[in-house]
Amino acid sequence: MHPLPGPPQAADANAISASELTRRFGDFTAVDHIDLRIAYGQIFGLLGPNGAGKSTTVKMLTTLIEPTAGTALVAGFDVMKSPAEVRRRIGYVPQMLSADGGLTGRENLTLSAQLYGMRRADRNTRIVEALSFMGLSDAAGKLVKTYSGGMIRRLELAQAMLHRPVVLFLDEPTIGLDPVARYAVWERLRVLQHDFKMTILMTTHDMDEADALCDVLALLHRGKVAVTGKPADLKAALGDGATLDDVFVQYSGSSIQEGGNYRDIRRTRTTASRLG
Amino acid sequence: MTSAAPALPPAASADIFGLLALARETAAISQVELKKLFRDPTELFSRAVQPLLWLVVFGQVFSKVRGIPTGNVSYLAFMTPGILAQSVLFTAIFYGIAVIWERDLGIIHKLLVSPAHRSSLVLGKAASAGVRGAVQAFFIYLIALVMHVQIYWNPVAIAGVFLGVAMGSAVFSTFSLVIACIVKTRERFMGIGQVLSMPLFFASSAIYPIAMMPRWLQAVAVANPLTYLVDALRGIMIQGGQSLHPFYVDLGVMAVIFVILATIASKLYPTLVR
Repeated sequence: MHPLPGPPQAADANAISASELTRRFGDFTAVDHIDLRIAYGQIFGLLGPNGAGKSTTVKMLTTLIEPTAGTALVAGFDVMKSPAEVRRRIGYVPQMLSADGGLTGRENLTLSAQLYGMRRADRNTRIVEALSFMGLSDAAGKLVKTYSGGMIRRLELAQAMLHRPVVLFLDEPTIGLDPVARYAVWERLRVLQHDFKMTILMTTHDMDEADALCDVLALLHRGKVAVTGKPADLKAALGDGATLDDVFVQYSGSSIQEGGNYRDIRRTRTTASRLG
Repeated sequence: MTSAAPALPPAASADIFGLLALARETAAISQVELKKLFRDPTELFSRAVQPLLWLVVFGQVFSKVRGIPTGNVSYLAFMTPGILAQSVLFTAIFYGIAVIWERDLGIIHKLLVSPAHRSSLVLGKAASAGVRGAVQAFFIYLIALVMHVQIYWNPVAIAGVFLGVAMGSAVFSTFSLVIACIVKTRERFMGIGQVLSMPLFFASSAIYPIAMMPRWLQAVAVANPLTYLVDALRGIMIQGGQSLHPFYVDLGVMAVIFVILATIASKLYPTLVR
């Protein structure tokens, strides 16, 4: 594929940098003046209870919704001023299982390749490569509705990596997966980070996942960054033997039940039941 | 030197490469839709049942009435293009439900994060709706053949019928997309789809001439896109069929409506994920 031109000013060393990023829905402030600096090549975890603003943040960074205030640069481009440039450089796996069940795995990938404007010759090589990378070569010709949850997730990762994004956004990548499928996804994400030099921003509820995978975490609470740092440092700050669960409880006001609306929870449950 | 140069149009879609990319993306989207449709063609067949009932039951009974002035064609021949237009409308008006479904699955999110033109997502759906409408036309030609309706078997006229049907399908499916973008839930969408489809049908010349309508209904019929689809088809589908406007006028009106609806739908599409 043709190389993408670099950002207008290469001064920014971060894959993502958000300043005072804010999004209101009517009176409700979903994301409240947050700052994020995510270095190239990191796996960055966005944690927080339901309704803390994780999804809204991801939607702003992936150009799905416009910020009410503040700025964000992704891969060097402003999400508001040059959304098209940002879109060419990012990949996205939504929380819901978004591969099209009525198509085969290969057809799903072909659609992605076409929408990302890949040349036909590159397209086929990349698709074969992505399928084998995700261990889906044998299932490529089968309809996705016959896939297991773990296979669908890996197919979606294959779709998202096809155009070699600079930044990969993952919303709850392993929610509802069994442990084997979950480890398989983790392992592939590490390879994407190390061999493909991708920067990964993921949201998760799973503290084991955050601990095992993420280089840096930010914990959101009520639309603000409650705390940010390396998993080890966050735990150490709470004393010996503290776990990330303790960190989570400490900074999200000890009540996991508050916040989160019916729709969030319903969506999570729907995804979980489709995976089951 | 200091005078301000006119602002350049945005790079995307302004140049020939943008247009080519738009065409490629549109083709990719419609290809996917059609693959899914023909992989499970149950819906295509079930959609053929309703026009069959209208022509065989309603049409045969009303042919006996002879109170409806249909010029020099039989009532059955008169209503055949009308029923084709109706079947196009009823199929296309529920097209948006698929978009709501795709939204709930996150497919729309993924499409909108891609660099594809927003309008290609809309045009791709409209193109596949056009092909789907053409399949309806094929079924209705078959029914008409079996029922000995005086079809005008001219290849150019038949091509015109398929073109008109494709354009009509594009109009109503895009209209449906606009509604889907506004209501966003399946329940509300189904309600509105039901509420809209029958009035559009009755306020058109599908099963009776406009001249028979009361004044106020005539006014509605003039503003109803379905009227132009029926008119376009009636002029070229049956022997001795008469239309109010030349074919190109009917097609032109539908094309203008389509461009307006597609523009609105492209603007509203991103709001689906908000």
